[in-house]
Amino acid sequence: MASVSAHELAKKQKEISVAEFFERNKHILGFGNQTRALITSVKEGVDNGLDACEEANILPDLYVEIKNHEDGECRIIIEDNGPGVIKKQIPHIFGRLLYGSRFHAIRQSRGQQGIGISAVVLYGQLTTGKHAKIISKVEADRPAIVNEIAIDTNKNRAEVISRDTIHWDKPTGTRVEISIMADFKRGKRFVYDYLQSTSIVNPHAQIIYKEPDGTEHVFERTSEVLPRKATEIKPHPYGVELGTLIKMAKHTKARQLNSFLKTEFSSMGDRTTNAAIEKAGLEKNLNPKEMTREQFLALHKAFKKVKIMAPSTDCLSPIGETLIKRSLKHETQEISPEFIITASRPPSVYSGNPFQVEVGLVYGGNLPKEESVKIFRFANRVPLLYQQGGCVITQAISSIDWRRYGLNQPSGKGIPTGPAIFITHVSSTLIPFTSESKEAIADVPEIENEIKLAFRECARKVQQHINKKIRRVKTREKFDLITRILPEIAKKSAHMLDKPVPSLDPIITKIMDVVWIEDLIEYESVKREPIQTTLTENQPEQKEGVITKSQIMVVNYKHTPQKFNLYAIIPQDAVVGTVSPKPSKITDNYIKWNLDTIPPANKIDIVFELAGLSKGDFDENDLYIEDINPTYVIGADKWEGD
Amino acid sequence: MNKDYSEVINKIDMVATKIYNDFQNADIPSLDLPTRTKANIKFDDNLSVWKYGKNTTQRTAKSLDGAYMLLRTMYMADFIKEMIKIKKSSTLREMYYISEGWDLAKFHSQNESNLLAEDLEVITGCMREDFKLRPEEDGARVIGNLTIEEVTRNNTKKKIHCQDDVGDAGYSIPYNVEPEKITFKGIDADYILAIETGGMFDRLVENGFDTSNRAILVHIKGQPARSTRRFIKRLSKEKNVPVLVFTDCDPWSYRIFASIAYGAIKTAHISEYLATPSSQYLGVTPSDIQNYDLPTDTLSKEDIHALKSELSDPRFQDSFWKQEIKLQLKLGKKSEQQALAKYGLDYVTDTYLPEKLAEMGLLKK
Repeated sequence: MASVSAHELAKKQKEISVAEFFERNKHILGFGNQTRALITSVKEGVDNGLDACEEANILPDLYVEIKNHEDGECRIIIEDNGPGVIKKQIPHIFGRLLYGSRFHAIRQSRGQQGIGISAVVLYGQLTTGKHAKIISKVEADRPAIVNEIAIDTNKNRAEVISRDTIHWDKPTGTRVEISIMADFKRGKRFVYDYLQSTSIVNPHAQIIYKEPDGTEHVFERTSEVLPRKATEIKPHPYGVELGTLIKMAKHTKARQLNSFLKTEFSSMGDRTTNAAIEKAGLEKNLNPKEMTREQFLALHKAFKKVKIMAPSTDCLSPIGETLIKRSLKHETQEISPEFIITASRPPSVYSGNPFQVEVGLVYGGNLPKEESVKIFRFANRVPLLYQQGGCVITQAISSIDWRRYGLNQPSGKGIPTGPAIFITHVSSTLIPFTSESKEAIADVPEIENEIKLAFRECARKVQQHINKKIRRVKTREKFDLITRILPEIAKKSAHMLDKPVPSLDPIITKIMDVVWIEDLIEYESVKREPIQTTLTENQPEQKEGVITKSQIMVVNYKHTPQKFNLYAIIPQDAVVGTVSPKPSKITDNYIKWNLDTIPPANKIDIVFELAGLSKGDFDENDLYIEDINPTYVIGADKWEGD
Repeated sequence: MNKDYSEVINKIDMVATKIYNDFQNADIPSLDLPTRTKANIKFDDNLSVWKYGKNTTQRTAKSLDGAYMLLRTMYMADFIKEMIKIKKSSTLREMYYISEGWDLAKFHSQNESNLLAEDLEVITGCMREDFKLRPEEDGARVIGNLTIEEVTRNNTKKKIHCQDDVGDAGYSIPYNVEPEKITFKGIDADYILAIETGGMFDRLVENGFDTSNRAILVHIKGQPARSTRRFIKRLSKEKNVPVLVFTDCDPWSYRIFASIAYGAIKTAHISEYLATPSSQYLGVTPSDIQNYDLPTDTLSKEDIHALKSELSDPRFQDSFWKQEIKLQLKLGKKSEQQALAKYGLDYVTDTYLPEKLAEMGLLKK
């Protein structure tokens, strides 16, 4: 065989067009089949809309509509009330792959690679040959712009086919209409699930979804407060890759290695900077632009050998326990679950990337008892719908022995069976997905551990809840016994013998022989001023506020006087109002009372009020006691310290 | 005929006094009574019947259930006192309905009130009849050469001959069979044959078995009522006639026999009044299934469980029962009395019963 010259070979090498790249990689981009394509398209559009609103401090109102044609073509319409997109940017955002503002920023965000919505436009174009229609309005008193966009697949550039202005009622917003080939029949359930899940982790958003047959679903907003804005942080040395390090050095304005490290990275003070440079065997006044590959390698290795403070975690925007609970309560109304319990871990770090885990557990009600528990996975407020088996969340749940908590689980491993839904939300500046389609979180030990800890905490709370329920029933029984039945027995025996009714007091303390704590939570509606949460002025109506009122009764049914401390746990985001009697301490987490001597058969009434919560956010008192034998007390557990 | 109830009232008041004194002494009110389970029945050598053993159960106001039991006990005791005072009696079912007006003490099922009535018997040592409570179920039917004198509701004594004065349905046993109500006058029979099913009773009546074989036929209607057992007991003892029990061949029928012969677990406190220790089981036995090649049904899961439970029942510990029960478990079959009809309507009276009676030494061939 004749040899082939380099010139000949070069002729065959040419740039691969985005279209080709897309075609070859559509499975990893989430367009592997027509069902997946449908969900991915909705997902990218919704993510885009939510991001746009949040960036502009607007409470998101999303409208999603799917029109289905006989031949398998679906028109997907997604509309938001965000700030709109300026004319110049429209072709870039919707018509260019790998274009976006979020790719370089290190902070928590929904999309990360910027492959998003433009991939849907491209997919639509490749499968239907139709152009995408983008309507955008950026100012309330200006008309909206309608664009028809196509992608030049050879140049990875957008082509504006037509542009026009129209009247649009919305003050500002964006509407995207894309025709794609999709399988709605099969994808129907997934779209619904996806939007419902999205609503759970985005309690501040309202989503209206219209199906092809006209059925409309409304996923209501349960929180009027926008999530805390995730701030941008600089890369942390532990998480930076060698290539990135080199690239950063090439672009830095710093002239010396030590100032480069201090200004371009987070958590690098004088001491750590010097230590890293010393470990790498370099000079601190080295010009970063002139460093060799070997020097970078030494520096990169040195990072790992130096103790560097974890990055600041305020770049994360977790949902918060109260909101997760409220959202779940709203979305599971039809199930009428027995209880909903949430747990939130403090932020943590893996390879220099901050992350935080929040979990929730819905139990009982109409949930099927014989099926595997439902697992809802979320990353940065985005539901993960596929590859459940390959996700670290599933792995963490499977490794916990759930049998102690009333769920079935053969051999104490694997996904348990029982009437429960598990929710996990991982937020991070960089979610380590297993693939580009972003459907499963990779097996990172730090993340797995945090998820486990969060679920263990949840499980403990479940246990407490169950114990409390059992105790409550028992307490109720005892109360019935001493207040209703015993007096009757005494009366009847006296009547039969024609004698005076005997005194019950000594027997009551003998039968009860406990300090008994009972509590009740009530909600009182109050009018309050509307909270300004959007830039638009269309929220004139007054919002109803709620005061959560907790009443606690402590009765000493022992035959000796009792004296102890009582703690009531309160949610962190609540504002404490009236408290009586006077507490000895109030913190973010609890109210503490020193209860002075209570004589036998006497009681103390305690009341405290909480504001800043919705009805049902605080639906169960968590009471603890101190300086008394816990076995003497029904209705509260031993205080284990702060 | 006016019975003296002062002793009964005394005993009932003792229960009230116990509770009242508990209150006075600042003790948690409670009552002790024998545990009424299979595990707590012992054979009483003097009486030759099974009675409750030494294990006791405490009903205490410490627990909610216990307190409810005490309250109901008090209400029932008071109700009984009241009935004695106004000279009325009620059925157990009537009492259950009367408890509707007892507020907290009301019963949730009749079984609950029946059990409590038995409890009260056990606690006081009285009988249900003393409490003026009577069962719902009517007594059984009797046909045979026997004359009974019964005090009717008009307070007149009436003699009834259980062949000549009755129809084919026989003499009906009243709920009260104590001497103040009925006495046995004349009898001319070799044995009492207690029969489980109405079909078999009627077969023997139609075939004239009572006359041809000098038998007193008693239809016990499944698990026999107390009055039926008491009737058999009195008749057997006072007139010295042996008792034979003829039932289906399944575990439930053996329990019928046990309640006649040894006393029932639920009523072991009055076994000596109700049980006839000399009773003998005639059939149908599992051996009969084999010997007579009878048509059978397969044992159900419940049947097997009941048979196994009988193997650990102290009343079935003799070699006859152990052998027969084990045989039945091996066969996995059960049969009915009326399966004997396989060989014709007269087979039971002409062949089966004479053969069995001969086997038991009651019929000389």
